[in-house]
Amino acid sequence: MEIGIHVHDLNAWFGKTQALYNIALEIPAKHTTAIIGPSGCGKSTFVRCLNRMHETVPQATVKGKVTIADLDVYGKGISPVWIRRRVGMVFQKPNPFPTMSIYDNVAAGLKLNGVRNRRQLDEVVERSLRSAALWEEVKDILKKKSGASLSGGQQQRLCIARALAVEPDVLLMDEPASALDPISTAKIEDLIFELKEKYTVVIVTHNMQQAARVAEYTAFFLMGNLVEFDKTETMFTKPSDKKTEDYITGRFG
Amino acid sequence: MPRPSTQNISWRRRFVNFLAIAAVTGATLVVMAPLIIILGTIIVRGIGGLHWSFFTQIPKPTGEIGGGMANAIAGSAMVLLVASAIGIPLGVGAGIFVAEYGRNFYGNIVRFTADVLNGIPSIVIGVTAYALVVVTQGHFSLLAGGVALGIMMIPTICRTTEEVLLMVPQSIREAALGLGIPQWRTTLSVVVRTATSGIVTSIMLAFARVAGETAPLMFTALGNQFWNLNLNQPTAALPLQIFTYSRSPYDDEIQLAWTGALVLIAMIIGTVVLVKFATSRGMMKGAR
Repeated sequence: MEIGIHVHDLNAWFGKTQALYNIALEIPAKHTTAIIGPSGCGKSTFVRCLNRMHETVPQATVKGKVTIADLDVYGKGISPVWIRRRVGMVFQKPNPFPTMSIYDNVAAGLKLNGVRNRRQLDEVVERSLRSAALWEEVKDILKKKSGASLSGGQQQRLCIARALAVEPDVLLMDEPASALDPISTAKIEDLIFELKEKYTVVIVTHNMQQAARVAEYTAFFLMGNLVEFDKTETMFTKPSDKKTEDYITGRFG
Repeated sequence: MPRPSTQNISWRRRFVNFLAIAAVTGATLVVMAPLIIILGTIIVRGIGGLHWSFFTQIPKPTGEIGGGMANAIAGSAMVLLVASAIGIPLGVGAGIFVAEYGRNFYGNIVRFTADVLNGIPSIVIGVTAYALVVVTQGHFSLLAGGVALGIMMIPTICRTTEEVLLMVPQSIREAALGLGIPQWRTTLSVVVRTATSGIVTSIMLAFARVAGETAPLMFTALGNQFWNLNLNQPTAALPLQIFTYSRSPYDDEIQLAWTGALVLIAMIIGTVVLVKFATSRGMMKGAR
């Protein structure tokens, strides 16, 4: 099977506090991988290391190796800006740009990187909104309404469309449905199911049922360590580590 | 659900409630009183001198009745234009630096400098502009007046711009960076754009404050009984003209000073309202 992301000996710190310890992991391409674990275990920090968002926090540091396709993420002379164009990210709380229209929100990644071609932008906006299952709901108000005027679930799908518009290889999702109601959550989950046809998806989630529903592979993190990584089915039926079993059966966390 | 009964509320609680409301209402009235008194006096005293000639004529020689402040209105507009050209880019630029790149030693220096500059009496800033521009040029000028007021605008704009930029949620910055948009682009096209209305307010605040300044113009723009729109010549300005006429022994000149004060205040309020209106119309509907 093709490997989408190689992680080798990854360590991360906030100031002097170490948040990740020697993470080694091979995330399969064009599949969905869920990252589960209790609060504060380093799930979010881990995905933020994959697109170099971790280093935007003051005093945060990283050591180790991450390779996406042939790209050495922490290689010398590699710009984080370039990495982030190939590795899209969807955050926990929907964060559309409040002063931009729906259209401009989706087009932002291209427009602010210098794409001016109207026809190209129109195409990308429509395709991205269709991929994010939002097109039908917003096609008549694209340039009339601000991104902030949509409902929470629509805003989150708008953020997914915005991330898809720059055509990344990888899509990182940091608890994308935790601020949404069950119906919006279901829509996002259906969407993730379709997205993995084209993208390598990594999703952080608190919700183990969600991991079971959307992901073929699951990684369990605990206190900054990777405890176990396997097929989701195996993880949830016969985990090889006692700690995984305890967490999944609800004995702690 | 039964409606909450008001009968159980104790006499003591009602009394304390009444006292608290009376106290805050009283405080509001005390705060508003000076504003109402000042505005009221200026309107009552100034409105009598409001004729077309005030806006079309320049001052008559002392002793002659009539004349207006057309040259002072135009001079004030020019001085404020020059001041804005200096104060807005420097103030907004410094504010952006301090908010987005200034969590360090250099940022602290800029913040400290702005705060000190904010506390310097305006007449000292006038003297500084005198030394910088008037002495260098060898004569008083409109430009020197603009420089003095421009310097005064910088710290106010800088610190308020910083505050409104820090109010933009961190998640918006992360959204932009996560799309592979470079930091400088994120700052200009996303963060500053999100905070535009706040930045405009900060500019208007500084503008309104310096528009009425008289002291810094005394040894810079100097004043002028005649028309001048030339950057290198001394110019009339409304506050200067008001100051001059207010000390006049002639009733008609005193009347012109009151009318000048009324016009000055109306112009400041008018500009602020106009700019706020123009920028708020450009915003998206539904945006915060």
